[in-house]
Amino acid sequence: MSALIFTLQETLHQRVDMSPLTPDILTGKSSVEISAMELVCGNRRLRVDELFTVSGDDARVLIFKNSSGKLDRIGQAMNIGSITVQGDAGAYLGYAMKNGAITVHGNVGAYAASKMTNGLLHIRGNADDFLAAAIPGERHGMKGGTVIVTGNAGDRTGDHMRRGQVLIEGNCGDFCAARMLAGTIAVLGTVARCPGFGMKRGALLLNSLPNELPATFNDCGAHHLTYLTLLIKSWRSLDSKFALLEPRSRVRRYMGDLANAGKGEILVWQ
Amino acid sequence: MVINGVTIDDTFAEAFGMKATRVIVTAHNLKWACHAAVSATGFATSVIACGCEAGIERTLEPDETPDGRPGASILLFAVSGKELAKQLERRIGQCVLTSPTSAAFAGISEGEPLPLGKNLRYFGDGFQSSKLIAGKRLWRVPVMDGEFLCEETTGTAKAVGGGNFLILAGSQTQALAAGEAAIEAMRKIRNVIMPFPGGVVRSGSKVGSQYKTLMASTNDAFCPTIRGITRSELSEDVDAVLEIVIDGLAEADVRNAMRAGITAVCALGAKNGMRRITAGNYGGKLGQFQFRLHQIMS
Repeated sequence: MSALIFTLQETLHQRVDMSPLTPDILTGKSSVEISAMELVCGNRRLRVDELFTVSGDDARVLIFKNSSGKLDRIGQAMNIGSITVQGDAGAYLGYAMKNGAITVHGNVGAYAASKMTNGLLHIRGNADDFLAAAIPGERHGMKGGTVIVTGNAGDRTGDHMRRGQVLIEGNCGDFCAARMLAGTIAVLGTVARCPGFGMKRGALLLNSLPNELPATFNDCGAHHLTYLTLLIKSWRSLDSKFALLEPRSRVRRYMGDLANAGKGEILVWQ
Repeated sequence: MVINGVTIDDTFAEAFGMKATRVIVTAHNLKWACHAAVSATGFATSVIACGCEAGIERTLEPDETPDGRPGASILLFAVSGKELAKQLERRIGQCVLTSPTSAAFAGISEGEPLPLGKNLRYFGDGFQSSKLIAGKRLWRVPVMDGEFLCEETTGTAKAVGGGNFLILAGSQTQALAAGEAAIEAMRKIRNVIMPFPGGVVRSGSKVGSQYKTLMASTNDAFCPTIRGITRSELSEDVDAVLEIVIDGLAEADVRNAMRAGITAVCALGAKNGMRRITAGNYGGKLGQFQFRLHQIMS
């Protein structure tokens, strides 16, 4: 068995809904059936083989080659297997993903990992705005699992995030962890304006104190928090800089947003 | 059977099915981990009046604990899951939560989950928070020296309680030395505790009493000071008897511990006053498990 490979044949002018191409849906289908499946592209419906050349036969291991930032909803609601994207991915990457693993060797669009409940999403490039955030109309963003971003993340990362962990090796944009409900966001680089705005619960773990902390966050002092040792230990198996962090537990703790319950925490390593 | 001049009786120890759990208690250093563990396993010698039987299984190096701090592994045994849950919550709440720098983690992941921090979290009065790390939910309860970290639940195991053997010696001093030697050897065995003080019991009991309200009373057949007026099991050359009771997570664990303990006693031999090894039973009518001494030592 070899991985099922979809190679994009043309430069896309319209966005493509890739949600039908997941290991769950493709398992058990013949190559003829897969080639005949329809994908929504703009206002048209196109056969898979009109957009991709298809090779391989193991539907549990999917590879999208020559990928484009116009390929939306890759890995939507997937529950098994793995997807590797060689190139960029569009919006809603891993939307409502239930399990399995997605690796993107490029940049990804907005709302990646939204409503994701489990599994691993590894973005080796940059993530656009609203990473792990709730889409308009939804109450919760990411609800479980792990997201690793090797590059930078955009604005509103973790907006309405409910559970799970987002690990950003680079920098993060404005309003990181805004309106966050629970879960963990860790940033090795810097965060821009207003981190934790409207944060209810959850933890934002930072390397350095942001330039602008909302006035509704209060300094609770520097402390050893034992749970951080366990958290760092749990990252050991990840293919990320987070796996190389030395065990440590001393942080300065800021709690807020006091305008919204105030049980969230921004922790800055000491 | 005679080993090194010590007679091993052809009898058996009778043991019972119990429910058990393990909790890993950690702290800033081993001293404080042990303070918490000793306190949590205190007054837990017998289910007859303590609610559970508990003890420290062993101390743990930092690389053996979830949070990388020194710790102690404690085992608790009770007659039912319900009683075990009650005892666990009380003991962790009163003895570990209260102990400086402590944290408590599940030591068994299988079986029916018992609340560990699940209800204790409410001590946080709304300031508690949880973290799901590596699939395990941990509760962080703010306390005066920082945070009490406690896993939400711990698992349970079907266990064996009441394995035992009796050391019959020429004097009280010799019996005590043998008891200490046996316990030292048995503490090296995993998954077992010897719940009595120092692991040794001097007040072995029999079922029933001449007093109707008492379920158990002194095992007069093994009391040397009344051997002239009772149906004594003791010969003239025996002046003291001590018992070791063992609770284990599995039948094999109890058997291994009994073998280690009896071997240590026999190593002292007749020249150090060891006379006989026997075991307590109820004729095989009450307990689910029988540990035959000859089988164990063969």
